[in-house]
Amino acid sequence: MKSLEELRALREKMKSQTDNRSVAGSEETVIKVGMATCGIAAGARPVLDALLDEADKRHLHNVSISQTGCIGMCRLEPIVEVFKDGQKFTYVHMTADKARKVMNDHVVNGNPCQEYLISEN
Amino acid sequence: MRELALNILDIAENSVSAGATLIEIEVRADFEKDEMSITIGDDGCGMDEEMLQRVTDPFTTTRTTRKVGMGLPLFKYSAESAGGSFQIRSEKGKGTQVCATYRISHVDRMPLGDYGGVVLQLVTMNPQVNFRFIAGDGERSGTLDTRELREVLGEDIPLNSVEVRAFLKEYIQENLVDIFGGRL
Repeated sequence: MKSLEELRALREKMKSQTDNRSVAGSEETVIKVGMATCGIAAGARPVLDALLDEADKRHLHNVSISQTGCIGMCRLEPIVEVFKDGQKFTYVHMTADKARKVMNDHVVNGNPCQEYLISEN
Repeated sequence: MRELALNILDIAENSVSAGATLIEIEVRADFEKDEMSITIGDDGCGMDEEMLQRVTDPFTTTRTTRKVGMGLPLFKYSAESAGGSFQIRSEKGKGTQVCATYRISHVDRMPLGDYGGVVLQLVTMNPQVNFRFIAGDGERSGTLDTRELREVLGEDIPLNSVEVRAFLKEYIQENLVDIFGGRL
């Protein structure tokens, strides 16, 4: 079973690695997931998990993922807001699979997933 | 809400919004007595007596955008519909403590669900807050304190860095399985 001793070892390992993260992030993409009662009840947690997982897998260092309160349209939850290239994109009725597609198509490749945007719903 | 873990997440988010610096979450199970309890306490802004009276009413909220607040009512309902009870105590400026009890075998008791995932999310997504989690079944128990984690990691490595998150995910899951073993 894992213990805090391992965390200590991990820290030593991380300290010895040169951090190239700060160099990579020029244009940051900010992603926010609504995590109030409405969002949680509609399934925002798996969506957030999927976003974090994709960011980890793809080593995306210029993406900041955080949670926020009620965005104000409870019936459209789970809602994900992507702030990229000076614009705000609001994705609604999200699922874990849709979140992975948004990460791939929009955040990485720069093509917003039109079909999930609020204007289409 | 289909999992008690999601209720815990929701109530803990209230504590975060209340400006808490330390949030304590305790899940205890007593399988012989067929009882479990969930306690969430914080040192946030608290509320006055008048607000406390109204707080489990779904038409009470601190938000100004609309008049509905479902978090606490849903948590209360989850306990009272499962042979349990619900209590909330609060003092303005001191903090709030919410406690719900359940009869474990009650047919309407929601499963605990992915509590490990919720713990991980609270720890890694709220860098400004410290958390103390306690889980126990009378025989085994475990504590996770983010102040302890921060002490090990030092100031330069954040709790939400990829490597630490991966470690914590397994660490939390393994210890929770050891204590509750999927029985909740």
